[in-house]
Amino acid sequence: MLEISNLDHTYGSGPGAHHALGGIDLRVTQGELVCIVGPSGCGKSTLLRSIAGLLKPTGGTITLNGTPVDRTPDDLAVVFQDYSRSLFPWMSVGDNVALPLRRKGMDRGQRRAAAEEALEQVGLAGASGKYPWQLSGGMQQRVSIARALAYRPSLLLMDEPFGSVDAQTREDLEDLTLRVRNHHNMTILLITHDIDESVYVGDRVVVLAKAPATVVGDLRVDLPGPRDQITTRENPAFVHLRAEVGRLVRGMRSHPAAAS
Amino acid sequence: MTGRSPLSSRLLCGAAGVAGLFCVMELAGRSGLIDPIVFPLASTVVSRAAALAADGEFLADVASTLGAWAAGLLIAVLVAVPTGFLLGTLPRVEAALRPVLEFLRPIPSVALIPLALLLFSDRFDMKVAVIVYAAWWPVLINTMYGLKDVDPLAKETLRSFGFGRMAVLWRVSLPSTAPFIATGVRLAAAIALILAISAELLAGGASGIGTFIIEAGGSPDALEYIIAATIWAGIIGVVSNSLFTLAERRLFHWHLARTGGTR
Repeated sequence: MLEISNLDHTYGSGPGAHHALGGIDLRVTQGELVCIVGPSGCGKSTLLRSIAGLLKPTGGTITLNGTPVDRTPDDLAVVFQDYSRSLFPWMSVGDNVALPLRRKGMDRGQRRAAAEEALEQVGLAGASGKYPWQLSGGMQQRVSIARALAYRPSLLLMDEPFGSVDAQTREDLEDLTLRVRNHHNMTILLITHDIDESVYVGDRVVVLAKAPATVVGDLRVDLPGPRDQITTRENPAFVHLRAEVGRLVRGMRSHPAAAS
Repeated sequence: MTGRSPLSSRLLCGAAGVAGLFCVMELAGRSGLIDPIVFPLASTVVSRAAALAADGEFLADVASTLGAWAAGLLIAVLVAVPTGFLLGTLPRVEAALRPVLEFLRPIPSVALIPLALLLFSDRFDMKVAVIVYAAWWPVLINTMYGLKDVDPLAKETLRSFGFGRMAVLWRVSLPSTAPFIATGVRLAAAIALILAISAELLAGGASGIGTFIIEAGGSPDALEYIIAATIWAGIIGVVSNSLFTLAERRLFHWHLARTGGTR
């Protein structure tokens, strides 16, 4: 459904230019949850912004559902790390979730119903009348997720979605993501710098090298489902994969026995 | 949380201050420290001001000043907000007009009253024109400042859902700039009142608080009338400012809640 080939991006020009993406190839199939991991500043966000059509890459092609991405695709949603800036403070939670649905040509009643349903799915039934800034950080990020869910995108992009919440909330939101993914059979591309998280939520983990970013590893995560914060994380296969991803992120050579 | 809200205790303190000043002035007059012939007693001024509130002629003057004030402020806002958006969203237009704006902004608006007198034969139009000119600056500057403050991530969020430029301007930039515009309008309202009365003082005209003050100069109780009318001008300014502040707090509670303002 998503095909990226030889994606290249350079910010600026001349001696101050920053070569962020150095020819990335990636295919994501329908219903997959792919985690992209890489060291800080490796160009993960540049990749995400290119897929979302928020940034015009200097080279390469991105195709979503057979259509080349040259501006923001219609059936795509993004969950950003910084929920407090991404949610609109002048709107109630319900209106925040319902706003993008205007693009779908839904009338007021339909928008409201869809927003309520999405909020219920993320465990925020009854919060639609509140304002985002009246909620805790974790709840605000749930609202962002509900906003993306209500939109029913064919591809959901998540940019370090749990990077600004505490550890407990982080685990809750990881499980929430897995739950809604199964429920909607959605395709998700999740960007993170957390190696454990990438192995825990991903069907596949794609590792990027330092800028200019290239794909240095693409590992299938074969862990028994449903995943559980305790048992999955103590599974030897999880521990092994985590080490493997960690080695790749640090730029070490892959362990021969682990090559998939 | 203490029992008394900060607002009511502030009001109480303010009232005590006003009462204190009144007593000091009254005592200074009665004890002969200030000759009541040179400067009237506080009680005389206050009773004169109270009498003015029932004086039809004075009320007509107040209405005339407020009419010009409201008309000028409204026109200024209607012109300044779209201009601010134009300059704030089109950097080239802003770059082209910036020298003109930088040149005009430091000119005291009062200095333009003689020019306005020559340009407008009607005194009311002249007043409104001067007010529009003076009031449009704070609204324009605040609109442009607010636009610069719009969170790029908020705009990007809406863009990522496929909304176009105009939709982002309407649904993100405008609401997020609105509190800044409101502050600009509150500042402009105070400036507009100053300019309305200044224009009346300098140019006379048929009616207005300033005209009343000039005409009172010829009467035997000139000082009493002038101070009483000035007190009313001050009261109008305070009331308008508090109304705007109140409206801002009501409309933009989300902005205060986010920026942590407790005023």
